[in-house]
Amino acid sequence: MAIVDEVFRQNLPEMMEESPCVAPQLHVLAVDDSLVDRKVIERLLKISSCKVTVVDSGTRALQYLGLDGENGSLGFDSVKVNLIMTDYSMPGMTGYELLKKIKQESSVFREIPVVVMSSENVLTRIDRCLEEGAEEFLLKPVKLSDVTRLKDFIMRRKVKEGEKRSHKRRRSLDCGSPLSITCSPLSHPCDPSSSSVLSPLSTKKARL
Amino acid sequence: MDRNHSRRQLAAMRQSLFDQGHLDEQFIQLEELQDDANPNFVEEIVTLYYRDSSRLTSSLEQTLERNPLDYNKLDTIMHQFKGSSSSIGAKKVKAECTMFREYCRAGNAEGCRKSFQQMMKEYSALRKKLETYFQLARQAGPKETAFRPK
Repeated sequence: MAIVDEVFRQNLPEMMEESPCVAPQLHVLAVDDSLVDRKVIERLLKISSCKVTVVDSGTRALQYLGLDGENGSLGFDSVKVNLIMTDYSMPGMTGYELLKKIKQESSVFREIPVVVMSSENVLTRIDRCLEEGAEEFLLKPVKLSDVTRLKDFIMRRKVKEGEKRSHKRRRSLDCGSPLSITCSPLSHPCDPSSSSVLSPLSTKKARL
Repeated sequence: MDRNHSRRQLAAMRQSLFDQGHLDEQFIQLEELQDDANPNFVEEIVTLYYRDSSRLTSSLEQTLERNPLDYNKLDTIMHQFKGSSSSIGAKKVKAECTMFREYCRAGNAEGCRKSFQQMMKEYSALRKKLETYFQLARQAGPKETAFRPK
């Protein structure tokens, strides 16, 4: 079905962005006041094929994200972070406080998954972080298996979100019809001369 | 012949570091992060650890000279030192840090000072052994330090 093919081909670039086959690189922002731990987490993430930005404080993390209230924030597009990994115990702003600040943002920032790392296995601390919206609480020292598992989880979520978005798009263009292509009884989908009839297919083509 | 001997020596030394409890599993985790492109990763991390440790132990020493002791401050510094010790797999040093923090929480000044001395002993011993180990590793040749499969 030629028209169906063409619709799919035009949709393809968007689908490719979110497709698991293309495997986009995850950009991780790591926050830790310990020099040794910064080097280790950086290596763990690089080995896992992630793009890494490492900062030494919560304040610098907010600056990097453009959330520090200062002018010069270039907007989210220029700094795309897929995951934030932060140490819990840091002087100044703790990882918990950083987590709160990010989750209080009324924008794309609160959507970024935040993982808290700590050398101390304190249940109340873990609960607090999870309640505040942390994706996970990792016990230090962080292992390669932790990072691999995290990365897989984030990637799968990205794909699911991407699929949801494509489905929503298709559904809105279909004007409520199901995903499968419906044919109007007045025209054959393969017949290019049927463009005068507003079938869901031609609507899609027009919008694209 | 010489090289094989160096390698055997290196392997033996490495094993003893684990057997004697100086190093734990975390050190192996770090070894697994080495590859041909980063053959000296562990040594680099350990060097950073020495740098960090110098700063933190100096700070501890100074803080221990005060009277009365500022237990909160001591605990905070020791928490950092314990963290980095844990990150490189320094098992005995880490255990001494834990002891120290117990004494801090109990407000036991004598215990803190004794524990600090013990910790410094362990730290010095580990540092000496690791310095010898990495020197040997360099002599034995690059293959010995790259553990991670391609």
